[in-house]
Amino acid sequence: MTKLSTKHLLGIKELNADDINLILSTAESFKEVINRPIKKVPSLRDITIANLFFENSTRTKLSFELAEKRLSADVVNFSAAASSVKKGETLIDTVNNILAMKVDMVVMRHPNPGAAVFLSKHIDAKIVNAGDGAHEHPTQALLDAFSIKEKLGSIKGKKIAIIGDILHSRVALSNIFCLQKLGAQVMVCGPTTLMPKYIHSLGVKVEHDLRKALEWCDVANMLRIQLERQDIKYFPSLREYTMLFGLNKDLLDSLSKKIVVMHPGPINRGVEITSDVADSAQSIILDQVENGVAVRMAVLFLLAGRV
Amino acid sequence: MMKPRIILDNKHFEITVTRLCYQLIEVHNDFSNTVIIGLQPRGIYLATRIQKKLQEILKKKDIKCGSLDITFYRDDFRQKELVPNATNIDFIIEGKNVVMVDDVLFTGRTIRAGLDAMLAFGRPNDVELLVLIDRRLSRHLPIQAKYIGKVIDSISSEKVKVEWKETDGADKVTLLSND
Repeated sequence: MTKLSTKHLLGIKELNADDINLILSTAESFKEVINRPIKKVPSLRDITIANLFFENSTRTKLSFELAEKRLSADVVNFSAAASSVKKGETLIDTVNNILAMKVDMVVMRHPNPGAAVFLSKHIDAKIVNAGDGAHEHPTQALLDAFSIKEKLGSIKGKKIAIIGDILHSRVALSNIFCLQKLGAQVMVCGPTTLMPKYIHSLGVKVEHDLRKALEWCDVANMLRIQLERQDIKYFPSLREYTMLFGLNKDLLDSLSKKIVVMHPGPINRGVEITSDVADSAQSIILDQVENGVAVRMAVLFLLAGRV
Repeated sequence: MMKPRIILDNKHFEITVTRLCYQLIEVHNDFSNTVIIGLQPRGIYLATRIQKKLQEILKKKDIKCGSLDITFYRDDFRQKELVPNATNIDFIIEGKNVVMVDDVLFTGRTIRAGLDAMLAFGRPNDVELLVLIDRRLSRHLPIQAKYIGKVIDSISSEKVKVEWKETDGADKVTLLSND
């Protein structure tokens, strides 16, 4: 297995286990590269990549940009707030205009689910989905899998609980697909109102008691409450949510085993996770961020290999 | 049909590696300021073999040997699908004399990429190239080895196969030709 079965990275759903393993093993090589004194390799020096961010982002955008620059690609950045999108230009027109300037790959974040898939059918460039609404966030799932593998040695057979706002989370969906394809058991935990209607069809366990979920799992992936995507009130108050679904040090220490704590960021300290847990030795939150660059380098490298 | 011709058999293989080691010692004395870097994937077998032999001859344990992967530095990665291997260089090469080691010197493109890749680990004082087999008529770039196990004349449709005791059961070099 030396190449991906797909031309774009639109979602984890389209990948098979071999693709995921190829990305993770390539990312290991890149992790070694980004820890060298000179963190840059010339692999993509003939490639131009456009980062199109129609929605706000700190980590993902920086991480992609660093990954691109460390592969020596030329990078152009675009954010919707400062563009002609505000003047009424359509997505396809915007992207085709950018591609007319000879861009080879597009990394796109968009608030609408399916935006990346839609774009892949209409334009002629490699597309990497950096998050489309509440649909998928494939590179986040890949870097989470990489971080779990790095911490625990393997993913097969491990128990991973995804806790919080499952309904609005693209990280949850991509993680479920990715971890299941790698042979892990996945549980989701959160208030009933924040569970998608068809969650059982994904083959995951569903739990509404945080303590039970934590006792079951090897890894707890804490998600943020996505207030910006919530059109109505899904729970009485943030304070009540924290009481029932927030992870604090007392709860973590009272468990029968030491679990690994993850968070895709941005953290709302004191809501889904307290500061002492986020900064504890059991947390691998900053490893996730470091691994994010290596994993994104691997994805771009493998996709560009097929130009 | 590929018709194999043996270039180095088990006995000559051993003699050749030993000779290369003494040639290295002539230049680098006790290897106090010299490191060996093998190119992934096939050069590392020769590099570790030479490291072991040198340690035996010089009766010292601290001869440094690393492995370098050049996948991300190749000029042909758009044409071929390549899988990266591990790079493992746990010493500083700044100011050191480096002996770069590969099994076969063919077009010289691997060595070109290796030189580029190595610079990410510092600025060496001096770089030399050691190869087991030099296919001297096939060069695409102006690159020559300083230490050579054996020079052979071959055409590009022929293939040189280097086998190692560690992975293939015996030390052997064969030339496979299409006729």
